[in-house]
Formats: sequence, structure tokens, C-alpha cells
Amino acid sequence: MGIEPVDVLLAALGAIALGAGALVVSTRHIVRAGLWLVVALGAIAGLYLVLTAELVAWVQVLLYVGAVVVLLLFAVMLTRAPIGASEDLDRPRWAGLLVGGGAGLGLAALLIDAYRWSRVPLPGQGTGAAPIGTEVFRTWVLPFEVLSVLLLAALIGAIVVSRPDIGRRES
Amino acid sequence: MPVWLELVFRVVAVFVAFLTLPLIVGQTEHKVMAHMQGRLGPMYAGAFHGWAQLVADGIKFVQKEDVTPRAADRAVFRLAPIVSLLPYLLVLLVIPLGPHGLVAQPLDIGLFFVLAVVGIGVVAVLMAAWSSANKYALLGGLRAAAQLLGYELPFVLAAASVAMAAGTLSLSGIVRAWQPWWLVWQLPALLIFFTAGLAEIRRPPFDMPIAESELVFGYLTEYTGLRFAFFLLAEYVGIVVVAALTTVLFLGGWRGPFADAQLGWLWTLLKVFVVSFVIIWVRVSYPRLREDQLQRLCWLVLVPLALGQLLLTAAVKLMI
Repeated sequence: MGIEPVDVLLAALGAIALGAGALVVSTRHIVRAGLWLVVALGAIAGLYLVLTAELVAWVQVLLYVGAVVVLLLFAVMLTRAPIGASEDLDRPRWAGLLVGGGAGLGLAALLIDAYRWSRVPLPGQGTGAAPIGTEVFRTWVLPFEVLSVLLLAALIGAIVVSRPDIGRRES
Repeated sequence: MPVWLELVFRVVAVFVAFLTLPLIVGQTEHKVMAHMQGRLGPMYAGAFHGWAQLVADGIKFVQKEDVTPRAADRAVFRLAPIVSLLPYLLVLLVIPLGPHGLVAQPLDIGLFFVLAVVGIGVVAVLMAAWSSANKYALLGGLRAAAQLLGYELPFVLAAASVAMAAGTLSLSGIVRAWQPWWLVWQLPALLIFFTAGLAEIRRPPFDMPIAESELVFGYLTEYTGLRFAFFLLAEYVGIVVVAALTTVLFLGGWRGPFADAQLGWLWTLLKVFVVSFVIIWVRVSYPRLREDQLQRLCWLVLVPLALGQLLLTAAVKLMI
């Protein structure tokens, strides 16, 4: 049971994700932080791919890289998008390091302790769209629908909060 | 054939397609536009039917000085053209050319892969727009991002309709399940997909982000020489990709009047070129949409239509 190419690939992608993640919170260039987030999320999608969870990997790319990060960049550019370092960023460094690093290390310790060096065989063809669709729409259909109602409520709430002019009569 | 040799062969084949198809489309655009608008260059350059026009364009781009604005974010500015080109190269990998696995990389969830990867293009536009340190570029980039995010919705919904009809996300599987009467059943989805595809690659009449009469050249304003040529190349690969996807999803891919098994690749290529021709035709025929018209068309026409098509697809699918 030596080190296989897959293990090296996993470790490399993990390192990229971690490094890019660290740069997201440490860089002084605001827009570049968003771009590093693209790299970090892309590396995580790569991890899913190596673990043969193809659908999850591409959902990650479609939703997080293609939509969430783009919205984030869009919002930053609409407000202010200075090129070069910003000196006036207020970041609670030590508190952030404590919470983020503590949570990361704690989770890592927990997972390492739970699994040790036990190996789990990768599922072969069982992770395509069909099995996941069957699971979501048979076993998990109620939580799935409840979640979508929750998101809809959040969406309507956001519109109501941000647009107080809608529905007010002209006086 | 050993596995690695086959792999190398497939990758090389896709790369050749990636390099030649966009150029053919580019030259076709020159010729078609020249005929439709009476342009002289592409008719006479090089004496024989203007064959040298595209070569001249290439030489012009190589000769131009490569300028990076002083205020620009250099690394991001230089990376953006490559990021804009990469997604289309990846998409070409999974588009089936013919039956019996004539595809560079068959993928069980090919359609989903395509939709996910095409979405990365927005990041490239935002990178180019922001790093140029130019207000016209930034405005163009914001317009492009709003346009791409909006039109992604009808794009995905129309594709979902076909996937539902075929019962699979595999591109080859969709072509295998395709029937000629789908041309009628999926006609609204075809039109929605084609229109949203035009908007996704920012072709006229959806080229508001680079509208030269008001934004100089949008997010491409500061780009010169080869880097600009890269963006141009991305646009032409985009035409090929949208034409190929329309072919595979809605026009039956390798299905032809006869000899599908032997001539499948020919039917696919023929259909891709016909759709590309229509894309060029639309460019010369329609004026640019205004920004508000563009958003209105997306949210008030295409999205409801796409949802209606999904309902229709589901209803027909339940009946048969």
C-alpha cells in the first residue's frame, strides 16, 4: 500500500485549495481576493473529480465559480474596485486566525482521528446524475423541497428589504 | 492501439479542430459579410476571391505593439485572454462528431459539463474589464456580466428541455434519442437556446458590452495585438461551440438523410457550418439591442418561454 498517483494528485489539489484560500483572506487586493477564491473553489472541484464525484464537481463549477464568485466580483466592481493594494482594510487578524485556524485544525483532528489510515474503495459508476437524482427525488425529496421554499423566502425577503419603494402609493 | 497513443491522438485531433474551425468560420464571416454589405477587402485581397484577408489580419495582429496600460493589474490583464479561451477548448472535448464514440472524451454528464464550463467565461470578462483600469472597460465588463448571468438562465432551461425529452445528460445519448419530429416539439427551445447562445458569446445584436459607439470597445478597449487576437479567437471558437451545441441538442447531430454510420461526421460538420452561417447572417441583419431591451428580452420573453417549453416537454413526455 504505497503512495499512488491519485494520492499525490489529491495532496497537490488540497495544497492549491489551502494556499489559494489563505491568499483570499490575506491579500490586500480586493478583486484579486475574489479571483483567488475562483482558484480555491476550482481546486476543490478538482478534488471531487479525483474522488469520482463528477456531478458534484461540475455543480461546484457551475454554481460557485460561474455564479456565486461572479456575483461577488460584480458587487465589488459596482461599489469600488481599486487596482493595487488597499491600505485601509480593517481585518481582525488575530480573531480571524483564531476562529478560522481553530475550526480548521479541530475538524482536521476530528477527521484524522475518525478514519486513521483506513481506505475506502472509490465507487465506480454509481455517482452519475441518475443515482443522485433518484436519491434526491425519492429519499430526500421533502428536505429538498423545504430548502427550495426557504431559498425562495430569502429571495423575496431580500427584495422587500432592498426595495422599500415597491408597493408604496404615490402621495 | 495503446491507450496513451489513442489519448494523444484524440487530444491532438481536438486541438487541430480548435485551431482550424474558428479560422474557417472567421474567413466565412469575412466573405459572407463582404457579399451582404459590399465590403471590398475580403473580395479582392490576394487576387483569388479574397483568400488573403484573414492572413493579413493575422499578420497585422502579430505586428502590433503589445501594450499593457501602466495603471493596469498586469498579471490579471495578461491572464484574462487565456482564461477566456480555455473553457471553449474544454467544451470541444465532449462534443460528439459521429456515432460509435467518435468523440474526444465521452462523458456521462456531458451536457452538464458543457453548461458548467461555459459559465467560466464570465470570470475572464470580469478579469479583463477590471484589470484594464479604464472606466469604459469596467462599464463594458459590468454590462457583460449582467448579460451573461441573465442569459445563462434561458440557455440552461432550453438545454434542460432537450435533456428531459431524451432522458439523458450524455450528448451522444441525446443524439441517439433524437427524432425528426423533435424539430417541431422542441422548436421554442431551439430558438431560445440559439438566441441565448448568441448573447452568451456576445455576438451582435447582443454586443452591448463592447458597443463601440458608446463604450469605445468595452472590456476589450485596452487590448492590442496578440492578446486582442486571443479574445477575437475566443469569439470565433464561441461561434463554433454554440453552433455545435445547437446541432447536437436540437438538429440531430450526426443524423442525416442517409449513411449515418459512415458519413455521420460530415452531417455534423455540415450542420455546424449552416448554423454558423446563420449566426453571421444575424450579425449583418439586425441592429444592436439597447441595454434595457436586451435585459427585457431575456427576463420577460426568453425565461417565461423556456419555462413554458419545459412544461410542454414534461406533458408530452408523460403522454408517450
